[in-house]
Amino acid sequence: MKLMHVLAVAVLALGLAACQKPTKPDTTAPAATDTGSADSSGLGTDASAGAGTTAALTPQQQALAAIQQKNVVYFDFDSNEIRPEYLPLVAAHAQYLVKFPTARVRLEGHTDERGSREYNIGLGERRAQTVRRALLAQGVAEAQITTVSYGEERPAVEGSDEAAHAQNRRVELVHAQ
Amino acid sequence: MQSIPGAFGRGATALALVAASLLLAAAPARAQLRLDITQGVRDAVPIAVVPFGGQAEGAATDVAAVIANDLRMSGRFAPLERRDMVARPTAGADIRYEDWRLLKSDFIVVGRVEPDGVSFELHNVRTGASLLVQRLPSSEKGLRATAHRIADLVFERLTGLPGAFSTRIAYVAVDGRPPAQRYRLIVADADGYNPRTTLESREPIMSPAWSPDGQNLAYVSFEGKASAIYVQRLATGERRRVSARAGINGAPAWSPDGRKLALTLSRDGNLDIYTLELATQTLTRVTADDAIDTEAEWSRDGQSLYFTSDRAGNAQVYRVALDQARQAERVTFTNGYNARPRLSPDGKELAMITLDRGGYRVAVMDLASRNLRVLTSSRQDDSPSFAPNGALVIYATREGGRGSLATASSDGAFQQRLSSDQGDVRDPAWQPFAPRG
Repeated sequence: MKLMHVLAVAVLALGLAACQKPTKPDTTAPAATDTGSADSSGLGTDASAGAGTTAALTPQQQALAAIQQKNVVYFDFDSNEIRPEYLPLVAAHAQYLVKFPTARVRLEGHTDERGSREYNIGLGERRAQTVRRALLAQGVAEAQITTVSYGEERPAVEGSDEAAHAQNRRVELVHAQ
Repeated sequence: MQSIPGAFGRGATALALVAASLLLAAAPARAQLRLDITQGVRDAVPIAVVPFGGQAEGAATDVAAVIANDLRMSGRFAPLERRDMVARPTAGADIRYEDWRLLKSDFIVVGRVEPDGVSFELHNVRTGASLLVQRLPSSEKGLRATAHRIADLVFERLTGLPGAFSTRIAYVAVDGRPPAQRYRLIVADADGYNPRTTLESREPIMSPAWSPDGQNLAYVSFEGKASAIYVQRLATGERRRVSARAGINGAPAWSPDGRKLALTLSRDGNLDIYTLELATQTLTRVTADDAIDTEAEWSRDGQSLYFTSDRAGNAQVYRVALDQARQAERVTFTNGYNARPRLSPDGKELAMITLDRGGYRVAVMDLASRNLRVLTSSRQDDSPSFAPNGALVIYATREGGRGSLATASSDGAFQQRLSSDQGDVRDPAWQPFAPRG
């Protein structure tokens, strides 16, 4: 009985896969344009569809759209050092904040779930402060930055394995709109 | 492993909250706790709690069942299963001691529910001695509370320690998947029944702390998109924001006289401990160090604070006398991580989280000898809190990807888990005894 059911599902799945094949170029196409328009370089060149919205965006909004896709700095276990691969990300956000002095950013520090909750609030704050200092060093004004630490209280993902822990040890750079 | 169904689906009364539109909680508290004894003790005292007279089988509150469950949860007693009872006496005169000797019960509790009260007796099965004969006034509605009171009296008569079955626990329940989680501050009876939602929020709630009179909770809420400390009176739901300074407002702990809170604040990202006099809002800085200083706990005389600091490179527990602030003495040395100190009611022991062989576990330090004993063998425990009689420590743990609460006897021999049927539960705090007199 159970085997029959599994087989039926398998046959159905095969059938669906076969049906999908001719339409595959169509289904992947929107995905490709999505990535394109999320990227700022794609906006200008896509004359037909995106032209109206592009014109409505201020230069600041365009600049923000360009950096907002990458706004999370991840940390090693028990570390509050910015890893080299995140330095360009921090620099891009710093450039935006320097260019638009009225812009504001909120740095939200997080830890993984291990250890004591209130102590983790301290560790999350330390990470937020590391990113804050990096932004200040690149010319961002103090008044543009606020920090908050959520410790382990607001995980990005569920789970207790190392992969989940790695995604939860982070600072999110949240820009005011 | 023994499994006892926990709180049944009861509508919870939400407390009215003053000026907190986003937080009004009218929904029943859904985090019902289920109890599993994960490690029993061989020397638990066998006791028979006979179904009380005056109650039909299946009564809304089965008084004897509540008493037996309380005694079982204490870890010190092994109540006789009902199906093994050969007789159902409801008064001392009706007890045939030889029956209960054969069943190997050392003690027996009998009683009956009357229109306006409950009578009960405790007898020693071996000697036939009558240890307690008492009547407690009770309404039908108050039967469960009366049953807890009887369990308290039986426990005290047999162990010399006051029972803590009439006290409550506060904890935080979280459901929903990240990043859209819902946080609720819940207060339930010590056995997990009657969970009531005190506060509900889309933003984190943490670190509930009971005032010494057991009437108020201080806690941290991020409802304003930043941490702030609130004090809420449970009877009325009325609450007050007592600290919302720039940066972190965390880890509230009440002074023994209830007049002050120790708390953690940050300036430019550096966490230090302060005391705040509630009536005057007078703030006094206690620590000044570049490290993380947090998780303060008052000594019983109110003259010093225990706290967590990583000033030596990793988290350790320190103590600082308030009149010699800034000269802290290190308390823990054994492991590479010791945090979140909580004092036993007699002030002689300190419960904490220690990193022991790769796991964050509950440990208790004897302050006189500085000897640290690890109570648990879990991977990830947090937030220990002593029962007001010192017999158990309640803490948070994670198992199977879910947060649950657990208790352990202070020697670690007895352990049980209190898990929620929905979502995570964490951050438990056990209510102190109401002041006597």
